[in-house]
Amino acid sequence: MPPKNSVVHARNRARPSFSRSILAFGAAALMAAAISACSGGSSGSGSAVKDGFTQATQSAGPLTVWVDSTRVPAAQAYQKAHPNVKLNIVTYDGDANGADTLQTKVDLYDRTGSGWPDVVFSATDNETSWGVSAGFLAPLNEGLIPQATLSNFATGSLNPCTVNGKVYCLRNDLSQVVLWYNASLMKQWGYQVPTTWPQYEQLGETVAKQHPGYLVGNAGDTFTPEIYMWASQCQANDVTGLRTVTVNVTSPDCTRMASLLDTLIKAGSMSKLSVFSTAFDKNEKGKVLMLPGPAWFGGAVFDSTSGLNVPKGQVAAAPVPQWPGTSTPSTGNVGGGTWLLSAHSAHLKEAVSFISWVTGNNAWQDELTPGFPAYVPAAKVWLANQAKSGYYAVNIDPVLQQAAGEVWPGWGYGKFSQESIWAATIDPGLTAGKTIVSMLPAWQTAITNFATSDGYQVSP
Amino acid sequence: MSPSRTTDPAGARAARRPRPVKAGHVFVAGYVILLAAFGVLPTAYGIYYAFTSTGNTFAGLSNFASAARDFRYLPAVGHVALYLVIWLTFLVLFVTGLSVVLQQLPVRRIARVARFLYYIPGALAGAAGVLVWLFMLDPTVSPAAAFLRFLGYGTFGQVIEPGHLSIRLPMIAFWTGAGGWIVVMGGALNTIPTELIEAARIDGAAGWSIARRIQIPMIRKWIVYMVILAFAGGTQLFVEPQLISAASLGVAGRDYSLTQLSYDLAFQNNNVNYASAISVELLVVSLVVAALFVTRSRFFDAS
Repeated sequence: MPPKNSVVHARNRARPSFSRSILAFGAAALMAAAISACSGGSSGSGSAVKDGFTQATQSAGPLTVWVDSTRVPAAQAYQKAHPNVKLNIVTYDGDANGADTLQTKVDLYDRTGSGWPDVVFSATDNETSWGVSAGFLAPLNEGLIPQATLSNFATGSLNPCTVNGKVYCLRNDLSQVVLWYNASLMKQWGYQVPTTWPQYEQLGETVAKQHPGYLVGNAGDTFTPEIYMWASQCQANDVTGLRTVTVNVTSPDCTRMASLLDTLIKAGSMSKLSVFSTAFDKNEKGKVLMLPGPAWFGGAVFDSTSGLNVPKGQVAAAPVPQWPGTSTPSTGNVGGGTWLLSAHSAHLKEAVSFISWVTGNNAWQDELTPGFPAYVPAAKVWLANQAKSGYYAVNIDPVLQQAAGEVWPGWGYGKFSQESIWAATIDPGLTAGKTIVSMLPAWQTAITNFATSDGYQVSP
Repeated sequence: MSPSRTTDPAGARAARRPRPVKAGHVFVAGYVILLAAFGVLPTAYGIYYAFTSTGNTFAGLSNFASAARDFRYLPAVGHVALYLVIWLTFLVLFVTGLSVVLQQLPVRRIARVARFLYYIPGALAGAAGVLVWLFMLDPTVSPAAAFLRFLGYGTFGQVIEPGHLSIRLPMIAFWTGAGGWIVVMGGALNTIPTELIEAARIDGAAGWSIARRIQIPMIRKWIVYMVILAFAGGTQLFVEPQLISAASLGVAGRDYSLTQLSYDLAFQNNNVNYASAISVELLVVSLVVAALFVTRSRFFDAS
């Protein structure tokens, strides 16, 4: 009967509803099961403990490298410099924006006993939070990479890579927070660049009165806590061990910054929009007087046609303001990728050569990379190249270099994403007109909940 | 069936019969194999996971209990329940209403054009339809920006405030899904013999009473069919909140539905067992509701 057929047909097209997600999930599980049934046990025989971990039998063959699309040029640059090495470059999402691709895949490879990549780039700093206990990450400071090379990385830049004194990754770039500002406007209006947060707050209120519509910062990004709360030494993310974290966001270190943000949001000189939102680019072009943000704001927000597109010779950077009475200056950090080496790799020599090269002095880190290199000698050349472009109103080298060593170490790198917790907990309230101070207890609860669901012991 | 076939002598037809049966088996086999590989086996595998622990030992109902104790579980149940109530109500009322109105339109061409227009959004499969809505709901790029501002929404963040999602998501689902059902109901209404409608007219029935006493009762089974499938699809709410979450950088829509929670448990918290427990719950709920509807409406009784 024709009607019946058409019913079924139209239903399928209108909404392919029947268990789609379960099917996809099931299919993946089935494949995993099938593959694990086929694999006997590839690891085991011929392996030996060397360089601080049990190494797989080494063999010849192509080096498999996983990178995100931004880091493909890095792998290609290595290939160009090493034409004899066979590279198998695989592009993946780089675990950006809270994705968990690498862990999911490694989990499947662990079940099948084969398939791990040799080298991986991750856009996050927290892969050690699972990769060490999963036995995926190889320690690098136990013989694979000489101490002389490791000590060339900026102070504290290997903190996210370090678990119990062992270094499990190399930092690609730093994202230390500085105070970006428009030097031309500051000069024109006769303002001084603030060096303390109270000065910053006062200037923000002055700007709101004298030049309404102009901004001294924004608080609408998922990484807002990593700019302001981290710099304020707020104990929101004090990862004290592999599965322990201390969270206390109602302490004065947090409330002082929260109430500063509330004051300036109310005054109107602190935007509630994300710097990457269409509304920000459309409405705030030419209206940004100051903007605390990471090193990469220079290229990604100010000198970017898809961002604020500020003309040459106006933008400058200063050290991020400090709270009076802080003994050592502290700043925050927004991202910065890491290079990982698989403990299962059968091509360790080539893998070590690869990650030493991509993080070190070379065509990639000196010129191509968009972020501030974590490897100090590379950073020097990179900064010189930035200065050559003549975009900035002042020489930003000393500011960025100084900030690189001042990232507050009390903010750790857990498995849970502080960015998505802030986004889901604080941002909707801000939109609805609530103050950040009033939402701090909810933030505490949310961090505790997410950390607990990832198996963390949370202490207040 | 073609007329030439019906004039075949009975004997010839009987002799030919085994061949179509064999061909039928071959056709069905393709489906059965795929169903087993990608439907039955994964479901069985999921059920196995739901009742075992990470060490592959039998865990009873502990995965279900632990998943239910997750802080995201109860809110997700609430979200999905509210979504189902709003969406199914809209779907049944508007799809039935619009279909009947279209069927009763005196000018058939208008009905045909309208039905086609309703169907167009459904042709944008799943995620693409949601993407269209993400643009529609962002006041900075939306063609309906003036209307959004009139409603008091200046930014995307305000439009998709978490409290608003219970209305936004059924809107999106209705827009992408209802057109297909209107076509289906149109087909169903076409099977009602015109003599019946004419007889009713002669007896003095007008539009509303024809709809209420003849058309709707006669397409009742199609409505039940729609509700069963829409319920199963609705409990698996995933694409809409997941894309809103991605577009808003996690401000709204993360862990909104049970399927999303299951996905996060499997791929963020690395706990396939809890994830499977939630999937099995959804399967059971859908089966029970489908069974209720089927038995209550005597769905499979010959009419």
